[in-house]
Amino acid sequence: MRGLKACALAAVFAAAMGAVVASAQDLTVGLSSSVTSIDPHFHNLSPNTNVALHIFSPLILKDEHQRLMPGLATEWKAIDDTTWEFKLRHGVKFHDGSEFTADDVVATLKRIPWVPNSPSSFRIYTQGIASWEVLDPYTIRFKTAAPYPLLPNDVSSFLIVSKKAETAPTGDFNSGKAAIGTGPFRFVEFVPGDRIVLERNESYWGPKPAWHRVTLKIIPNNSARVAALLAGDVQIIEQVPSIEYAKLKSNPDVTISQIVGNRLIYLALDSFRDQSPFVTDKEGAVLPNNPLKDARVRRALSKAINRQAIVDRIMDGVAIPAGGVLPEGFFGVSPKLKPEPFDPEGAKKLLTEAGYPNGFGLTIHGPNDRYLNDEKVLQAIGPMFSRIGIDTKVDTKPWATYVSQASAPTYAYSVMLFGWGADTGEVSSPLRSLIATPDKNAGMGGSNRGRYSNPKVDALLKTALQTVDDAKRDKLLQQATEVAIADQGIIPLQYQINVWATRKGYHYAARADEYTLAQSVQPDK
Amino acid sequence: MTAFIIRRLGQAVIVLLVMSLIVFVGVYLIGNPVEVLIAPDADQLERERAIIALGLDKPLWEQYLVFLHGALTGNLGNSFVFNIPALQLILQRMPATLELAFSAAVLAVAIGIPLGMYAGYRPDAPLSRAIMAGSILGFSLPTFWVGLMLIMVFAVDLGWLPSTGRGATATVLGIRTSLATRDGLAHILLPALNLALFQLSLVIRLTRAGMRENLPMDYVKFARAKGLTARRVIFVHVFKNILIPLVTVIGLELGSVIAFAVVTESIFAWPGMGKLIIDSINRLDRPVIVAYLLVVVSMFVVINLVVDILYSVLDPRVRLSDTQAES
Repeated sequence: MRGLKACALAAVFAAAMGAVVASAQDLTVGLSSSVTSIDPHFHNLSPNTNVALHIFSPLILKDEHQRLMPGLATEWKAIDDTTWEFKLRHGVKFHDGSEFTADDVVATLKRIPWVPNSPSSFRIYTQGIASWEVLDPYTIRFKTAAPYPLLPNDVSSFLIVSKKAETAPTGDFNSGKAAIGTGPFRFVEFVPGDRIVLERNESYWGPKPAWHRVTLKIIPNNSARVAALLAGDVQIIEQVPSIEYAKLKSNPDVTISQIVGNRLIYLALDSFRDQSPFVTDKEGAVLPNNPLKDARVRRALSKAINRQAIVDRIMDGVAIPAGGVLPEGFFGVSPKLKPEPFDPEGAKKLLTEAGYPNGFGLTIHGPNDRYLNDEKVLQAIGPMFSRIGIDTKVDTKPWATYVSQASAPTYAYSVMLFGWGADTGEVSSPLRSLIATPDKNAGMGGSNRGRYSNPKVDALLKTALQTVDDAKRDKLLQQATEVAIADQGIIPLQYQINVWATRKGYHYAARADEYTLAQSVQPDK
Repeated sequence: MTAFIIRRLGQAVIVLLVMSLIVFVGVYLIGNPVEVLIAPDADQLERERAIIALGLDKPLWEQYLVFLHGALTGNLGNSFVFNIPALQLILQRMPATLELAFSAAVLAVAIGIPLGMYAGYRPDAPLSRAIMAGSILGFSLPTFWVGLMLIMVFAVDLGWLPSTGRGATATVLGIRTSLATRDGLAHILLPALNLALFQLSLVIRLTRAGMRENLPMDYVKFARAKGLTARRVIFVHVFKNILIPLVTVIGLELGSVIAFAVVTESIFAWPGMGKLIIDSINRLDRPVIVAYLLVVVSMFVVINLVVDILYSVLDPRVRLSDTQAES
């Protein structure tokens, strides 16, 4: 027994000593969500795109504030209402040495709709391109069916693969065979569920990354991810849990970088049905006339919420109160929309005006494992509503059950908590998906689970989506949002602040789109 | 013996069939996987295309028949999330979990039996009392808490061991395993310890009980009277008798550790099957859930069968009869 114990101890020490100290040029990143594939066209999922952005490049890149900047395309402009011309960058080489030309763009456009069994395809970003025309190896024109000012945003959302990979199956990307891109890092290894290993692309067309070897480790458990940072096993982590925020901020070994993100947390209200399943009288019988159809009732609910208290006490400062659909600084945001001030007396007055002096009964629903502190936020809102006379029950469920029940065709709930990250970095994204009247064929209102409908907003939005002039579109979008919020199409709660924690000696350019990119991690000078 | 084995395997097939039906219906009732998988800004047309691509537009009974048809040829369907065969996905992750389970079992047995034997041999010594108190802590403390404590103490504060993940692997006898590298051993120590804790406590208490039961028996007295050394009596004769209940329990525990090391795998980000199943449940990846449970049930059946046979080998008083109720 003694011999065995001594052997075991020796092995542990030897392992510890022999553990390779990462060379100063290596980086290990702690990611928070599972990556399901290296194929950049297989699944439109943030973690997958996050990894793919290291290996592949789009024609148009987005900076930390989601503003468009040149990627593989050096300039682009609308030469008429339905034609866009893109000039491509010269001298870009793929990881296997082949030259990047317009043929690779065409191959990408052909592959995206072809990828078999995609659970969520990138087709939504390429279907705006009705046809393309290659003028020369470095110039390509896209034609749209109608004026489509968001084409550059869509183009920035898909990644370019080599023409050799046009018919490569997803498995070839996961094994590395087809994972040839023009990105700052080249693919080395993908261990599903564990890590992705990358190496610097020495002939990258953009600024040379600081890291020779990058390991993206997947550590979904929040505490384990923070522990890995504190132990020095990783040098940067994303999705810092809000409870750890204060402690990490005061930790001398850790640097925090943060930015207000593009994610809105809001309440969707059933303003469609005359009788909504969870809107009842105080005894529990469903009310014959749904009070949520009255804008005054919706506004009363919004006034009853103390957004600052939620942000301070529940989110621990990792959010800011919301008054619109996107925070300041994003395209289309109206400066007139401020967070609704906390006013329970005003809320009671509105309720009385609307004919509900004694309030009514309500159950509010939400997920408990999807957004940061989602369950706690709902549990705080429940009593806030009860305070103005609306007896509120709170019911939260796991995301998988919740979202299935809340969406078409079931529409099981009356008041629902949801989040929305505006991928396009501008206001038309939430307006179109959350507030526009659901219309399958026009692709509007895809996530409008309260089925809110306001023809004025629809008209403004429709015009805006076809206005190529930026200034005019900005004004139209601002107007549309103002009308929608005045009518309380949704009740905005807060915008999330995206937080990254790095070890002292490293810093990260925090991004509004929540991506964690190794090429944006820099050593301190 | 042969009739016993055949009857057992027949029962196993029935269990597998019923279980697959229950899981299929159960997962279907939870919700629509497309809502979970689809990008939020996808429009309704994209949703419908995804539903058709995953075969979810067909009625439930038709989906089940398609599944059964595939199952007969060994194809348990493609994962909705990864788009590779569900069985391949599970088998890909199995070595990591088996490594962890095996290491945990070895630790539990290697540490537990000696400690338990000492506690049984000298029950009133202070060390024995400490061991027994420790064993109570071992099966009372929640696994996730112990795991996080181990990480905090050994990885963050002392910095002796890595805090997360699986180490480098090397190929030994044709199998890729992380037990073959120093880095791998460093990574596996904490999770294996965490996983072993419950088993360890069980083994200690069982061994001690076995010792206390066997030491006063007549055959021990006669053996000592004959002149055999205490060492030989304990480590050869009593040991074999203790092993009987121990083997049964360790076998059962091994099965449940392999199948459900979810908590340890989640905390230590160990890329094994346990983590796969919890992720698949959260994402409603039905083919993987069904395939996983089929694999696990088969594994339990085999382990139970092996334990029963081993039992009859160890204890000549036991006769395997096919009317015996096994559970």
